[in-house]
Amino acid sequence: MKISIKKDDGFVEYETTLHGATLLEVLSDIKHTKDNSLAFSSGCRSSVCGSCSMRVNEVEVLACSYKVQDGDKVEPLKNVEVIRDLVVDMDKAYSFNQKAKAWLSRLSSGTSLNDGDAKTNAVQSDCILCGSCYSACPVYAVNGEFIGPFSLTRVWKYASDKREENVEEKVTDIQTNGIWDCTLCGNCTVVCPQNISSKADIEMLRMKSAQYGLMDPNFGSFDGGFGFDGSPSF
Amino acid sequence: MNKKCDVLIIGAGGAGLTAALNAKESGADVLVLTKEYPTRSQTCMAQGGINAALGNSGADSVEDHIANTLKSAHGQADEEAIEFMCSEAPKAIEWLDSIGVCFSRTSESKIAQRALGGASASRACYAQDYTGLKILHTIYDRCLEADIEIQNEKYLLEILKDEADVVCGAKILDIRSGEVEIYEANAVILASGGYSRIYDKNSTNSSASTGDGIATAKRAGAELIDMEFVQFHPTGLKNSSILISESARGEGGYVINSKGERFTKELAPRDVLSRAIDAEIKKGESVFLDIRHLGEKLIDEGLPQERKLAKLYENVDPVHELMPIRPVAHYTMGGIKVDRKSSTSLKGLFACGECANHRVHGANRLGGNSLLEIVVFGKEAGLNAALYAKENVRTKSVNAETSSVIDEIKEYENVLDFYAKREHIGDLFYKNVGIVRTKEELQEALDEVQIIKANIFKLGVSDKSKKYNTNLVEFLEFKNSLDVCETVVKSALAREVSCGAHYIV
Repeated sequence: MKISIKKDDGFVEYETTLHGATLLEVLSDIKHTKDNSLAFSSGCRSSVCGSCSMRVNEVEVLACSYKVQDGDKVEPLKNVEVIRDLVVDMDKAYSFNQKAKAWLSRLSSGTSLNDGDAKTNAVQSDCILCGSCYSACPVYAVNGEFIGPFSLTRVWKYASDKREENVEEKVTDIQTNGIWDCTLCGNCTVVCPQNISSKADIEMLRMKSAQYGLMDPNFGSFDGGFGFDGSPSF
Repeated sequence: MNKKCDVLIIGAGGAGLTAALNAKESGADVLVLTKEYPTRSQTCMAQGGINAALGNSGADSVEDHIANTLKSAHGQADEEAIEFMCSEAPKAIEWLDSIGVCFSRTSESKIAQRALGGASASRACYAQDYTGLKILHTIYDRCLEADIEIQNEKYLLEILKDEADVVCGAKILDIRSGEVEIYEANAVILASGGYSRIYDKNSTNSSASTGDGIATAKRAGAELIDMEFVQFHPTGLKNSSILISESARGEGGYVINSKGERFTKELAPRDVLSRAIDAEIKKGESVFLDIRHLGEKLIDEGLPQERKLAKLYENVDPVHELMPIRPVAHYTMGGIKVDRKSSTSLKGLFACGECANHRVHGANRLGGNSLLEIVVFGKEAGLNAALYAKENVRTKSVNAETSSVIDEIKEYENVLDFYAKREHIGDLFYKNVGIVRTKEELQEALDEVQIIKANIFKLGVSDKSKKYNTNLVEFLEFKNSLDVCETVVKSALAREVSCGAHYIV
């Protein structure tokens, strides 16, 4: 079986005798026995640490949960600086969590969660920050300041939590370069290894924003660009 | 220009980040370094739960939590430290809940709890089977809120000490640039994880659990303690060593042999169960975990990761099939000796998390106590280091060279493949320094490690480049592992009587 791997100076083809193995097992084998210089990130081998996200045949995968097939083309994530071979610099994507204030802002006192409440954001809190969604996002590809899928999902995780008292602050901080910039294409949802739909979370954040009178700025001011008498205002 | 801070924390898992939050809250200027990224640590892999005697699922008491933990520790624990940890447990859960950890709940709106091995009550709070992941990520979010600086992909090379033998910073490899950097601090906290990967692929752990902090602390002169106590988890998947969580047994899973017989108590402490499974395997049997009778609904709700991993790595669907298992290295009780204030034997150096030994697990850790330990003692380490840093402000600048072991390594002959040696040592340790030990086998393992150490210059790296050289980082990790290996075998040889996870015949 042959696979080709994008290294710093172009694709390199490797032969592997491992069958039915995960891509991470194959990459490790190549590194140990054929090419010590091959650079990639990995950690837990069980899809929870988010280290080994990369692209195979132009689709984002976790190397530890993808089974290699003959002819696979392996590349680093997109929309991010490549440090070496398959290793990318995740610092910028991570920084959006802080920019979006993706945390519990004010604990509401005396709120107790029941079984159902605990499930409302169980999926959102499964996120492993692998960055596949940023790689697949066409908005982030053209706007490097777009807060982006995993950070917006994280904001919804907290905004949808009954323990959060200051939901308004949660949605206020993601209006610019945030929820309204998303085209709802759903690429993030398709590639997420944890079956999270950032697209759906962004839609929820839009609805929540509307409750606080925060509307899509692309549609102009609240009156839709028209004066109260219905005549266009410029 | 050296980088300076009050408290320097090496490691950004649950322990390191909890320490960072508490040090920062105490007013210290904190800097966290990690060789990976903050959410990629071993903490994210903890599945089963975090213990606290809340009594939400049947009667429980702090006293029972203490008694169970003490019993499992086989007399090798500090009773006061256990009392402290277990008494703090409900507060730790309350804190985690207050910052937004998505714990599973009962129908009465209480945090749900389940039974894990060795516990007299359903004591482990959990968040589906992603407990560690959700705790770690929530603590990380808190660190962002507190504006704690975290620098990624920085590898610890040396702990620096001044003329008076007081710890004053660390020498660090920036993995991305390949440059060596000096960090100055009034206090240093190691939160760098355990050493289960000395068993290489015979471990459930992340490939990063190579004992770097422990080996580095030892080189700096810190005392290590109880290094022979290594916990083998009874239910690693047979071929990949991927962990199938204890919660699978907590929910009612069976351990059976190929004849379909249950031959042991599933919820016995991990050391007992691992030995029972090991004995069965040595009889020539295959051993399986059977959760088929739990039903698809319960499996998908309570054990979704288990199902996914069994399908991926063993090609079996546990809803309909048996999962082949064997015990593999999972947690290391031994570590850097610390006192009740998380202070090591070196002045200015603190430690918490799996790299430290607060003597709360003794010879065998209970499931659900490691997440508890990192939160409770992560806090203590952060508070105490911040206090120490305030009282011991350094006025003199650290004068350290940026030359390091890396210069030496690049001159090594590289005529022997260290990846092959790493695998060899891992397999040898699994066999000789594993679940059941003999003096002769231990001595054989020690000899082998010492031969490799003496010939280390024949190993080395083929990649001599500076930028993001993983060949080099993995070699540095292997070197650290060898130091840890030597200590583990020596400690094992010194303890001639079986105790907990150290079982000698």
